[in-house]
Amino acid sequence: MKTGDNKTHRRWHIAVFMVPALLVYTAIMILPIFATMQMSLFTDIEQTQVYVGLKNFRTLFLDEHWSDHFWNALGNNTWFFIIHMAVQNPIGILLAAILSSPRLRFAAFYRTVFIIPAILSFVIVGFAWKLILSPLWGIAPWMLDSVGLKSLFAPWLGKEEYALTTLALVSVWQFIGIPMLLIYAALLSIPEEVLEAGECDGITGASAFWKIKLPLILPSIGIISILTFVGNFNAFDLIYAAQGALAGPNYSTDILGTFMYRTFFGNQLQLGDANMGATIASAMFVIILIGVCFYLFAIQRRLRRYEF
Amino acid sequence: MNKMKLVSALLATTVLAGTAYADATITIESWRSEDLTIWQDKIIPAFEASHPGITVKFTPTAPGEYNAALNSKLDGGVAGDLITCRPFDQSLAVYEKGQLANLSDLEAMANFPSVAKSAWSTDDGSATFCVPMASVIHGFIYNKDAFKELGIDVPKTEDEFFAALDKIKADGTYIPMAMGTHDEWEANTMGYYNIGSNYWKGEEGRLAIIAGTQKLTDKPWVDAFRSLAKWGAYLGDGYEAQTYPDSQNLFTLGRAAIYPAGSWEISGFNAQVDFEMGAFYPPVPNAGDDCYISDHTDIGMGMNAATKHPEETKAFLNWMGTAEFASLYANALPGFFSLSNAPVTLEDPLAQEFMDWRTTCHSTIRPTYQILSRGTPNLETEMGNASANVIKGTETPEDAAARMQKGLASWYAPQQN
Repeated sequence: MKTGDNKTHRRWHIAVFMVPALLVYTAIMILPIFATMQMSLFTDIEQTQVYVGLKNFRTLFLDEHWSDHFWNALGNNTWFFIIHMAVQNPIGILLAAILSSPRLRFAAFYRTVFIIPAILSFVIVGFAWKLILSPLWGIAPWMLDSVGLKSLFAPWLGKEEYALTTLALVSVWQFIGIPMLLIYAALLSIPEEVLEAGECDGITGASAFWKIKLPLILPSIGIISILTFVGNFNAFDLIYAAQGALAGPNYSTDILGTFMYRTFFGNQLQLGDANMGATIASAMFVIILIGVCFYLFAIQRRLRRYEF
Repeated sequence: MNKMKLVSALLATTVLAGTAYADATITIESWRSEDLTIWQDKIIPAFEASHPGITVKFTPTAPGEYNAALNSKLDGGVAGDLITCRPFDQSLAVYEKGQLANLSDLEAMANFPSVAKSAWSTDDGSATFCVPMASVIHGFIYNKDAFKELGIDVPKTEDEFFAALDKIKADGTYIPMAMGTHDEWEANTMGYYNIGSNYWKGEEGRLAIIAGTQKLTDKPWVDAFRSLAKWGAYLGDGYEAQTYPDSQNLFTLGRAAIYPAGSWEISGFNAQVDFEMGAFYPPVPNAGDDCYISDHTDIGMGMNAATKHPEETKAFLNWMGTAEFASLYANALPGFFSLSNAPVTLEDPLAQEFMDWRTTCHSTIRPTYQILSRGTPNLETEMGNASANVIKGTETPEDAAARMQKGLASWYAPQQN
């Protein structure tokens, strides 16, 4: 009893402030995730849901008609992610470094220009790029033609070997502003004294970037990488807007999101299969979870943080 | 003879109408929202004039939402009396849930051939649950001015067809054929099924696959792929990224000479082209062969099993089997052809050309639509994929056929021996 009295200073206000967010988050995120996972353990037999354990997952991974599509989509997703990591993030960092240079004029204008595509709808981006790259009416073939390089043009979105890379680059174009802004903010938060101290030791220009700024923004780069990872493995919209649910040509742009959509909602004569759709969604959830855990435990712990 | 039948059918319905119906309002569920004015201004007034006492309302839903909206309305008991039916499995599922009435005994059913009814019948054919309304016919629409300019005659055989394409290509003014592989469904719907029925002899081949007596790797099915494989050379630059609307625009702008078509394009094309259009049916492989056309059942009408006005609803369905309805509907929507046996004259010359083929050629439907697209992998989706691959040359006709057969045999018992 006595000890209980000692703890009367419970911080109730913390719970009170947490509850609304927790309720909303539970209702629209946590419950649906568990409902999806539950759904993946059932199957539809004569219009009643029957519990089948992990059979749907066995089908997904072992039946070649499913697993071929699954591994193809996972491979495409990985390539999509690699392009973003290799192109979007380095260029984003470069742009941020240039923008943060005090001698740059019109910095606010450039910053706005680079962020604008990120606020456009996927549908607009997909449709606009489809038109730009169209071999019939697009301006891409026309522009190449006007400088005598028409031979370099190919119907990129219609060729199995180029379509996915093309779309990944379109996505990079759209989202380049996000890493740029995050890194830009991180760069601005580096105190002048640190840089000035470096200057006294003779570290200026590019070497100031490599030796002082880059180590200081590494945690931000880590955050951007994990955001890119989650965003890419959840991607769907751009592929759907540009290539349709079949993610052609010949499934070469099929990623887990489009594969899940096709399975869940059906396509042409294929009727929707909610249970297999939920199975794919659960697999996506696990893949992203593994990726995020790997980052949290293996990488983020090792990043050194500096306090000023 | 036909006139007599027509007159007596009309008389029969009027007599019935005069006697049996109290005031009732019946509602039509449909996804054809673009047809709203046609129903309100032409079709419904014609019915109401001959059936005093019955009021009909046409209440369409957006096409993409129709299936889901209809299912929830039926489950909730608030669906209309008349239900517009998608062909095959979608409607079959509704019937099997007991929400569509069995219409096998409806008098009007006698006015439709069995191939038309197959889209809305159970697998064994014992029950039919929707009255066939319209079909779409596949063939080729061509630019008559371009053909005249280049001195090309309408091709009857495949050799003539490819000779014509060669000539257009050599001349260079026109893209020989407007089609792309980007959307995939164009490749099988306008390509493979269009020319293929000549090879597999329409219903004969289609039913043989369902029965398991033919395989997709048999000669006719592979030969159709072989013929399709030649198309790639005659399509426009960058056809791999050409979408369905791109193809339509290429043709209506007069940049392409031939358009592998479905008849549903007719009214849209009429509004857009400034040249004369003609049509020819899929050229036969050898001179003198019988011709076969894909005359695909696309839209039907059924009765909500829970309707409060079964007699009035049936009166409407019977009226849909008359020549009057057939002619009204087919003329209001050129390119959607009545499935009834009653002869219809169309005012649109291009639509009439398409419909004339029914007398010279044998009709069939798209081979994958009945039963064969129920499993995984989905045969219809795979056919689009394979046809696009074959046109692009990334898969040989033999490999494509073998892959289709393997996929079908993996779940369809009659193909497993």
